[in-house]
Amino acid sequence: MSVNIDLTTVWAFIIAFGIFAYVVMDGFDLGIGILFPVFKGEERDQAMNAIAPVWDGNETWLVLGGGGLFAAFPLAYAIILPATYPLIIAMLLGLVFRGVAFEFRWRDPAHRAFWDVAFTGGSLVAAFSQGMILGAILQGIAVDGRAYAGGWLDWLSPYSLLTGAGVVAGYALLGATWLIVKVEGGALDHAYRLAGRAAIATLALMVAVSLATPLLEHRYWQRWFDMPNMLFTSQVPLLVAIVTYFLFRTLKNRATWSPFLLSLGLFLLGTIGLGISMFPYVIPDSVTIWDAAAPERSQVFMLVGVVLVMPLILAYTAWAYWVFRGKVGSHGYH
Amino acid sequence: MFESLFGAIDAVLLARIQFAFTVSFHFIFPAFSIGLASYLAVLEALWLKTGQDHYLDLFRYWLKIFAVAFAMGVVSGIVMSYQFGTNWSVFSDKAGPVIGPLMAYEVLTAFFLEAGFLGVMLFGMNKVGKKLHFTATLMVAIGTFISAFWILSVNSWMQTPVGHILGENGQFLPGDSWWTIIFNPSFPYRLVHTVIAAYLTTAFAVGAVGAWHLLKDRANPHARIMFSMAMWMAALVAPVQIFAGDMHGLNTLEHQPVKVMAMEGHYQSHPEGAPFYLFGIPNSKEQRIDFAIAIPKASSLILKHDLNAPLAGLDTVPREEHPPVGIVFWAFRIMVGIGMLMLGIGMWSLLARAKGRLYDWPLLHRAAMVMGPSGFVAVIAGWVTTEVGRQPYTVYGLLRTVDSASPLAAPAVGASLVAFVIIYFAVFGAGTWYILKLMSHRPKSGEAGVEAEPGPTRTAGITPAPALEGGQ
Repeated sequence: MSVNIDLTTVWAFIIAFGIFAYVVMDGFDLGIGILFPVFKGEERDQAMNAIAPVWDGNETWLVLGGGGLFAAFPLAYAIILPATYPLIIAMLLGLVFRGVAFEFRWRDPAHRAFWDVAFTGGSLVAAFSQGMILGAILQGIAVDGRAYAGGWLDWLSPYSLLTGAGVVAGYALLGATWLIVKVEGGALDHAYRLAGRAAIATLALMVAVSLATPLLEHRYWQRWFDMPNMLFTSQVPLLVAIVTYFLFRTLKNRATWSPFLLSLGLFLLGTIGLGISMFPYVIPDSVTIWDAAAPERSQVFMLVGVVLVMPLILAYTAWAYWVFRGKVGSHGYH
Repeated sequence: MFESLFGAIDAVLLARIQFAFTVSFHFIFPAFSIGLASYLAVLEALWLKTGQDHYLDLFRYWLKIFAVAFAMGVVSGIVMSYQFGTNWSVFSDKAGPVIGPLMAYEVLTAFFLEAGFLGVMLFGMNKVGKKLHFTATLMVAIGTFISAFWILSVNSWMQTPVGHILGENGQFLPGDSWWTIIFNPSFPYRLVHTVIAAYLTTAFAVGAVGAWHLLKDRANPHARIMFSMAMWMAALVAPVQIFAGDMHGLNTLEHQPVKVMAMEGHYQSHPEGAPFYLFGIPNSKEQRIDFAIAIPKASSLILKHDLNAPLAGLDTVPREEHPPVGIVFWAFRIMVGIGMLMLGIGMWSLLARAKGRLYDWPLLHRAAMVMGPSGFVAVIAGWVTTEVGRQPYTVYGLLRTVDSASPLAAPAVGASLVAFVIIYFAVFGAGTWYILKLMSHRPKSGEAGVEAEPGPTRTAGITPAPALEGGQ
């Protein structure tokens, strides 16, 4: 049994890593989609070229997240997806629009205005849905036996709307700071201004979510505020404050890479915060990772594939980002 | 019927329609890209072997089309990886431990394929050298096959489940051997039949494009090559497919006899040789085929290789185990009919070749054009036959479809179905329109590569090649 527990924890971290990788990598893609209407003309070409080489690979992490959750924690997959049904569908359709808009914006110039709207709309819907899914899970899901037991609008609440807005703002921050790395000229000034505003919005919403979460249910309160846990958990908001300070300072000094890396830091801290609130539950108070886990034979069989393929994927991803380093013009990299 | 309109059964029915719709739309693109990837590998191999630039031109011509088809396959495929959880959560919970790992392997394969080789194949011709580029093309072709391998293994396990044990919580758990699960009894037959179907589908699409350009200019050397290659495929592979389909049918008779009864329209048992219905309207209420045109004893000949062999009918099976006979009966006939027409075109092309009129017979070219989309229709009809034919089960004989669905309200499923239909037709309609536009361009010498397409700096997957392109 002890082996099983270890494997399940390993799988929980693999899935968590996959989802985190998706959130930060497609996060800046979606963020640029969200900010897209603010840019005009040639700036839009720059903005799109800043993500064009990598968005497709980034989005594939979502398949790994979904497929991995199904394979490693089928019960969690079987409860969360029906519980957040309309959000999942909206997210998928948003991503369909966003993905094809990349291609058709150039190939179908007669309808460019339409595809620009599809790009922004798709990105916004996908980001907002993802944030609401997070909120829907955190606020708790009605479970009866091995199935979802709630209605089809249970996910809709002020809290999930708040987390939805939080993720939209956070993605916009990632997008703006990624643009700082990638664009130049007037678009760069634009990106710095947007990054500052997105940072303020992100932090405001992050604080709001952090305050609302412990009030949702008593258990979250205990996890964060009981001694001696608090000695550890209090480090998270402390670090958020430090990262925030440096974020605004580097934005003011017009640093190139630091704002993006510090934004990633904020997302990492947010994820750690989530881990503190949830672990070892996948569905708060009802389903733990061990309840939801596939049997050991399934976990071992898949682990072989992951161990073989994951390093290759990571190495290739790193290489691609390395090759595409530097500023992008409106006509591609130079 | 009416009182059930707001009952649980309708949410299930809507979920089934939604799955059928999204998976049919999705499969059109892999059916094309599996075949096209191999065709591209053959073209590049011929170019490397002969040094003739026509093959390179054709490679580049079809590569542009492949890029769009592949992209749409990926986008519509992401939806599929979530459909199991959104609409079929009980099935996902119960079958997850067995099929989840197989699907995870499919994802890892697809991931690796996208990240690794597709980019080089699309953009790297001038950067990595001919041999390495050919290796990339070959790996993409093999990758599409491996992807199909895992997905078809999952589907086949659902049709002929073996190698599992039943857990206390009602889950199917993997038994001692993954080998037994992966290579379940119907898998080898389904794999061969499906992959050949993808090749034939592509061959007829390529043949139609070749025929279209021949009709406009009989001397076009590129059109001649693609038409000739496609017709060789039709002449040689269509008979192989009919044989493979027959073997698959015999395998189905062994493991899912009720499905074959529905395909044949055999409501009644035939102790002294069963007829094959060429035409008829299945009447499930009266349990008979109306307006039947039948060849006596032919079904026994096909299925048992004996005119007088007895065949059991649906009368030996409880009514609640019957699949919807009408759909299965007709989908099967559409698939077989198209297969026969494909064989006919193949034979006609042999005749034209023998008479030296392959590039000079407009009627043949017109027929080949009409047959251009036939592979897609046949592939969908084949899937309808096998999927509707295994009803009322998701895991055959063990888990009923009604017991597999998510606890969802009908309005939620209905609304999402409408959204899928509207958006898929808009988005994939645009993609298909663009593919047709690419196909209407005359293939020519010095065909431009994918990198000459209008568009952002891009990669399908993640590839460094375009950066090098622009960076010099």
